[in-house]
Amino acid sequence: FAGLADVSIAEDIPVEGEITIPVGSHSPDEDCSTLDEPVRDTIMRDLKAVGKKFVHVMYPKKSSALLRDWDLWGPLVLCVSLALMLQGGSADSKEDGGPQFAEVFVIIWFGAVVITLNSKLLGGTISFFQSLCVLGYCVLPLTVAMLVCRLVLLAGSGTVSFIIRLIVVVAMFGWSTLASTAFLADSQPPNRKALVVYPIFLFYFVISWMILTFTPQ
Amino acid sequence: IASLVMYLFAEFDDAANLLAANPDATTISIDEPAEISKNQHSRRQEPGREEDDELLGTDDSDKTELLAGQKKSAPFWTFEYYQTFFDVDTYQVLDRIKGSVFPVPGKNFVRLYIRSNPDLYGPFWICATLVFTIAVSGNLSNFFIHLGKPTYHYVPEFRKVSIAATTIYAYAWLVPLALWGFLMWRNSKVMNIVSYSFLEIVCVYGYSLFIYIPTAILWIIPQKVVRWVLVMFSLCLSGSVLVMTFWPAVRDDNRRIALATVGTIVLLHALLAVGCLAYFFDAPELDFPAPVIPAHNVSTVVTKSR
Repeated sequence: FAGLADVSIAEDIPVEGEITIPVGSHSPDEDCSTLDEPVRDTIMRDLKAVGKKFVHVMYPKKSSALLRDWDLWGPLVLCVSLALMLQGGSADSKEDGGPQFAEVFVIIWFGAVVITLNSKLLGGTISFFQSLCVLGYCVLPLTVAMLVCRLVLLAGSGTVSFIIRLIVVVAMFGWSTLASTAFLADSQPPNRKALVVYPIFLFYFVISWMILTFTPQ
Repeated sequence: IASLVMYLFAEFDDAANLLAANPDATTISIDEPAEISKNQHSRRQEPGREEDDELLGTDDSDKTELLAGQKKSAPFWTFEYYQTFFDVDTYQVLDRIKGSVFPVPGKNFVRLYIRSNPDLYGPFWICATLVFTIAVSGNLSNFFIHLGKPTYHYVPEFRKVSIAATTIYAYAWLVPLALWGFLMWRNSKVMNIVSYSFLEIVCVYGYSLFIYIPTAILWIIPQKVVRWVLVMFSLCLSGSVLVMTFWPAVRDDNRRIALATVGTIVLLHALLAVGCLAYFFDAPELDFPAPVIPAHNVSTVVTKSR
């Protein structure tokens, strides 16, 4: 740096400029614009994001949209609707009935948290909320299965309806597991993939069991 | 890095020379645990420069031996501390499960498979699987038993899942805690050659519960004899794993205490199996009550009661 000692700046050239360094990513418009937009735009933007992720789940390709822009609105909506549809399956005594709303909620969220912790402890590189997002969104096929089951049960509850329900639930269970594995498997160390996939399998199996054994009053 | 290792071995050489000169001197080493193990390893051989190459060119088994002692050095409030308990690969978990289902007579499960790398993955997920397997199998079994009856209305019996979870997780974590405390207490009185850490005991108990998963699935078969044969069989297998693990830890003790400890372990294990069978699986009823069923008529009774 010895050469800089000889540099001198002429008196008549003003030294001026910006002192802040612009950040790499373009910052979005000033806060005022999203604050001033109509409420409909705000809601539609979030709904479109959620809907796009639904489409990604139903046709699981190796896209990173689900992982990059995670949100938990979709899982919340799915979990609440699944828990609501599993209501009404009580028996004579409260003891032996199906799961209550709170139980379904706890199983889904606590199960997703445990699976996420498990994959992170095994050395996975995915972040906590990204994993929750994927696991929650992949409940979508099972919610569809629950809807179909309830409609079939409206028609009747004999052996034929049971076989239809069984086929639908098994197919959707396979779809859920494959979709979530497709999104999550890449972030795991290669010799531990099976260790991470098995709890996901167990999680969706338990939810499928709850759906299949739903019997209306 | 090679120069750093050379420097460290030079330090060790000085220390070894000093120790040889004055064996009774107390030495305080402030090395990191990695260097201490390296020093101990090389102390068994002749200290000298020619051995450095051998030590530097470590193969995998050497490295695991050296690093085995200092895995859990992270403080317990960090995430890395708990990651050390999940440091297993798929084939290792499968090997441990295989070792719990096919116990080799005379071989210790802990020494053979766990080898100072206890994991929490196996115990936790085997218990979770067992909870849901027992609940689902019990539900299915009751459904098939009561199928033809006109007054029967199927219920999912979801409450039993939480009861199963409490029982099995309490067994898999509190009994090892009690056993570990007991072994520590006896260790302070009688010097035992073999002693286990708490996690190793949890590991053995967790993996020994694996045999109950296929047993619970087979309990769907609504025949009393089949169920009790399955109970005996799985109890023998997993009980033998536990006995072969814990007998070396107590055999140096007072004879009666050793036998009582091993007996209690087996008894608790049997209680778990029998309790689950009795609570989650309704008793199968035969079409016609027969007070005594001779053994050779079992097959004909089975076909008649279908």
